[in-house]
Amino acid sequence: MKKKVLTVDDSRTIRNMLLITLNNAGFETVQAEDGVEGLEVLETSNPDVIVTDINMPRLDGFGFIEGVRRNEKYRAIPILVLTTESDAEKKNRARQAGATGWIVKPFDPAKLIDAIERVTA
Amino acid sequence: MDMNEIKEIFFQECEEQLAELESGLMKLNDGDRDPETVNAVFRAVHSIKGGAGAFGLDDLVSFAHVFETTLDCVRSNKLEPSQDVLKVMLRSADVLADLTNAARDGGKVEETRTRGLVKELEALARGEVLAASAASAEPPAAKPAPAPAPVAAAAKPSPTDDSGFQPIPFSFDDFGGDEPAAATSDPAFEVTFKPRADLYAKGNEAALLLRDLARLGEMSVNCNMDALPRFEDMNPEGAYFWWVATVRTAKGEEGIRSVFEFAEWDCDIEVRGLEENVESDMPMTPVPFDLAILDGDGSLAADEQHHDDHDHDHDHDHAHVAAAAVEAVHTAQAAASVTQAARSAATAAPSAAAAAAAQQANNVAAQAGQTIRVDLDRVDRLINLVGELVINQAMLSQSVVESDNNGASSINMGLEELQQLTREIQDSVMAIRAQPVKPVFQRMSRIVREVADMTGKQIRLITEGENTEVDKTVIDKLAEPLTHMIRNAVDHGVETPEKREAAGKNPEGTVRLSAKHRSGRIIIELSDDGAGINRERVRQKAIDNDLITADANLSDEEIDNLIFAPGFSTAEKLSDISGRGVGMDVVKRSIQALGGRISIQSRPGHGSTFTLSLPLTLAVLDGMVVTVANQTLVVPLTAIVETLQPEADEIHSFGPSQRLISIRNSFCPLVDVGRILDFRPVAADPVEGVALLVESEGGGQRALMVDAIQGQRQVVIKSLEANYTHVPGIAAATILGDGRVALILDVDAVVAASRGQSLKTETALAAAG
Amino acid sequence: MSYTARNLTNGDRELIAFRIGDQEFCVNIMSVREIRGWTPATAMPHSPHYLLGVINLRGAVLPIVDLSARLGMKPAEPSQRHVIIVAQVKNQVAGLLVDAVSDILTVTDDNIQPVPEVSSDLERQYARGIFAIDNRMICMIELDALFPDNMSEAA
Repeated sequence: MKKKVLTVDDSRTIRNMLLITLNNAGFETVQAEDGVEGLEVLETSNPDVIVTDINMPRLDGFGFIEGVRRNEKYRAIPILVLTTESDAEKKNRARQAGATGWIVKPFDPAKLIDAIERVTA
Repeated sequence: MDMNEIKEIFFQECEEQLAELESGLMKLNDGDRDPETVNAVFRAVHSIKGGAGAFGLDDLVSFAHVFETTLDCVRSNKLEPSQDVLKVMLRSADVLADLTNAARDGGKVEETRTRGLVKELEALARGEVLAASAASAEPPAAKPAPAPAPVAAAAKPSPTDDSGFQPIPFSFDDFGGDEPAAATSDPAFEVTFKPRADLYAKGNEAALLLRDLARLGEMSVNCNMDALPRFEDMNPEGAYFWWVATVRTAKGEEGIRSVFEFAEWDCDIEVRGLEENVESDMPMTPVPFDLAILDGDGSLAADEQHHDDHDHDHDHDHAHVAAAAVEAVHTAQAAASVTQAARSAATAAPSAAAAAAAQQANNVAAQAGQTIRVDLDRVDRLINLVGELVINQAMLSQSVVESDNNGASSINMGLEELQQLTREIQDSVMAIRAQPVKPVFQRMSRIVREVADMTGKQIRLITEGENTEVDKTVIDKLAEPLTHMIRNAVDHGVETPEKREAAGKNPEGTVRLSAKHRSGRIIIELSDDGAGINRERVRQKAIDNDLITADANLSDEEIDNLIFAPGFSTAEKLSDISGRGVGMDVVKRSIQALGGRISIQSRPGHGSTFTLSLPLTLAVLDGMVVTVANQTLVVPLTAIVETLQPEADEIHSFGPSQRLISIRNSFCPLVDVGRILDFRPVAADPVEGVALLVESEGGGQRALMVDAIQGQRQVVIKSLEANYTHVPGIAAATILGDGRVALILDVDAVVAASRGQSLKTETALAAAG
Repeated sequence: MSYTARNLTNGDRELIAFRIGDQEFCVNIMSVREIRGWTPATAMPHSPHYLLGVINLRGAVLPIVDLSARLGMKPAEPSQRHVIIVAQVKNQVAGLLVDAVSDILTVTDDNIQPVPEVSSDLERQYARGIFAIDNRMICMIELDALFPDNMSEAA
C-alpha cells in the first residue's frame, strides 16, 4: 500500500515541489496550505507521515505540531519540519513542539524521501 | 508539471508575496502594529527566499536572507519599525522586486543598490540606524572603483551564511541508489542506544532507528529488557527497552550518529569503536533481537516505565491514551505498537466526531472565498463567443422585424427575453475580466518613493478605492501613463520641503491617487498639494515652442491644457525622472487609445488634479450609429457632448475652406467626417446633415458633420489590426444587426486631422470666439 | 535571381485553381480556409485601390482583396457570381475575390515549370511557377508575396 504524506506549506511553489517529489517516489500526497487547514485535512486523510513548514499564516508550524500531538489519534504520527534555518535554536523549538525530524530547505528530493523513509516503516 | 512550470508558479507567487510585502510595510508605516502584519511581511520574504533557494537563484536568496534577518528583529521586538527603518524596508522591498524580475527575465540589478541596502539592513539588525543620506545617496559615479576585496564581500554575502542556508538547485532525477554493502574489513562500532519516552512522543521509533542503523552495514543487536516493570506497573508510553548493537560500517561514527540525528535529544547514544575480535561483554541479559519483526507494520514503541526525568516537556495527559492501545499492548506483550493500535482503533470505529470534523472541513471550504485560476485565453474565447451571441441576437431580431410577423407577440416577447438574457450573459462574462486596480496603485507607491528619494522631497502617497474593478486590459495599459503622471506630480508638482515650509505648508507633500466608478466608467484622480501649474511659464513655453501666438487670449483652463500639447514640456531642464523624452501628450494619447479622457484642474499654490475617465471594458462600447456617405459608422457616445441640426444662418464660412457653426454665441469649427475619411470628394451641405458636438483635445469643441443618426446601441468592439492594419481616423470595427461590419470613429484622431495637428489655428479660433 | 519553383519541395502538392477573367491561377490548398459567396463589404478609408473593404466572417473582421486589381488587371465589379477565397496570409486571414473556383488539382513538382522571363514586375513578385492541364495554363501564385507585410502598405 502506498504511504500517505500530508504536506502543510503556504507556498504554492514548495507545495508543487513536494507534490512532484512525493508522487515520483510513489507516495500518496495530501496537501494543506496552513496549520488550520492542516489539522482539518489530518482528520479526513489519515496520513502516515506529515511534512510541515514553520512560517505560515493563521496557524504556524509550531502550533500545528502541538495540535497534532494533542490529537489522540495522531499524537504518535511522525512529523518532519521543513525549515530554511539549520541553526540549533529553530530545530530545538520544532523539536520541543513535538517534531520527529527536520528537512532543511531548500531540500533536494533524495533528502526528503530519505527523511520520510527514516521515520516511517 | 515540470520544473519550468513550477518556476513559473514560483514567480507568480513572488508577485503575490511582493504585493503582500509592500502592503504590509505600508500598513506598518501607517502605524499598524498588529503582530500578524509583521508576520505576514516576514513570511512574504521568507517564502521568496525558500523558493529562490530551490531554483538556485543566489542573488535573490542572499538579499532575501539579509532582509529576512532584519525583519526577524522587528518580529521579535528587537527593532522598532520606525519611519526610518520602514524607509529602508520599503526600498529593500523594491530591490527584492527588482531581483525577482531580474531572476525571471535574466536582467541584472545594479550592485550598488543591493550593496547599500544590505549594509543598511545589517546595521538595522545590529541595532544601528545609519544616517539615511549616507546610505541611500551613494551615487555609482561618485567613487572610483572601490577596493575589491572587503567591499565585494559585503556586497554579496556568500550564499552560505551564518544560518547555514544554502541554496540547492532542485531537480527530480537525482534520487540516490542504495548504499554499497559493507565489506567485512570495515571498522566495527558498538552502539548503545537508550531511548527516552520523549523519543516516542515525538513520533520517532526505536525500531526504525535500528533498521536504519542496520542499513549502514553488517549489524547484530541485543535488546535489554531489564528495565521492564511488571505489567500492571507499565506506562503504555514509557520507554523500557534499550539496545546494544555491533555495526560494521565504512561510514564511521559520524554515519552512525547521523542515523540518530532526529532523536539525539531524546535518547542516550554511545558509540564506541571496537578493536578487531573484541567480543563485547555487555552488562545485561542479552536477548537476540530479531529485526524481522520490523517488517510489515513494524513500529515498535514499547510500553515502559518512566525511568528517566527527561520528559519535562512531555506534558500530555497519559490517561488519554486510547483504551484500545492498552489492549493491544496487553495481547501483543512487550512489542506492541501504540501508534498502530491507536490508528487501527480509529479506523475500526470511525467516530461521529470524525464525520462531524469532515463535515466542518467542507463547510469551512465552502465559506472561504473560492477562486479558480483560469487561463486568460479561455476567458477571452468565451467573451468572443458571447460577442458573437450578441451580434447573432441582434441579427435575428432585425430579420424578425423585417419579415413582418404582424406583431406576433409570442415571438416578439421571446426575442425581448433573449435580448435581456444576452445582455446579462455579456455583463457577467465581462465581470470575469474585471480586476481591482490595487496592483497598479501599489506599484505607484514605489514610484513615489523612488522619485522622492531622487529629488529630496518628502511625499506621502494616499490611495483610495484600490478595490475598484476594471477590465484587466485597461489595468495593464494604465500602469505606464500613470507612472509618468506620478513622476510628474512628485518631480514638478510638489515643492521641496524648504519651499513648502517657506509657503507655510507641511514640508511633507501629499499625493492622492483614487479610483471610483461613475456612470459606467472608471474615474481615476491624481492630485497633489504642490504649487499648481505656473501658467505664466506654461504660456511662455508654448509661445517659445510655437504652439500659440504671443497675443493669443487663452483661458486658464486652456493654458493648463497646453501641457498635453505634443512636444510640450514644462520642466526647465529635461530631468531624467519625468523627462525621459516623453511629455504629457504621450500620456494623453495612451489614455485616449484606451477610449479614455484626461483633464487637469489646477489652483496656483494649492496643487493640481488630473482626472482620467476610462471605459470599464475594451470589449463593448456605447455608440451612436450614424450614416456618412452611405456608410454606417459608430461614434463613441462618451465623446459626444450634444447633437444639433444646423440651420443655414448658423453656418459661417471662414477662410478658404473652413466653416464654423455658431452655438450659443461661440463659434465651433465644422468637420465633415465623410470628407476627412475620404468617403466623398467635397464636404456635404451642413444643413442637410446632423452635427455631433464633440469635446476635443485642448478643451475646445468640434462639430462633426454626419448625414443622419440611426440610433444608439451597445456594440462589440472588433479589432481591425487582427487581419488588417490600423487605419487613421478609425478606432476599431464592430458588427451590426444586419451582419455587416461598421467602423468605429476615432474622434480625437479625426479632430486632430481636421486641424492638421497644429494648435495655432485652434487657439486663433478660440481667440476669435 | 530566378523566379523558378524555388519554394517547392519534392512530391505532390494539392492546389486550388480559380479563374480571374480568362486566366487561371492556383494557390496551395493548405493556405485556404474556406470558400464563400460575395457579401457587400464595408469600405475602408485611406485603403489601397484593390481593397474592397471588410466583411464579417463569424465575428472576425475580414479584409477583402480584389485579386484581379491586385494582380494589375481590370478591377472587378463584385456581384453574386463572384466567390471569396478565405486564405491564410502570413499570420492574418484575408478574403480574395475571384470570378470562380475551377478545380482542385494534384500536381507533381516535375510538372511545374519556371515562370518565363516577362517584363511585368508584378508577375515576378507573385508567380511561383506555371503548369499545363488539359490545354489550360495555370499560374501558381504565392500569397505571402502578394501582401508583403501589411496590406495597407502594399498600395
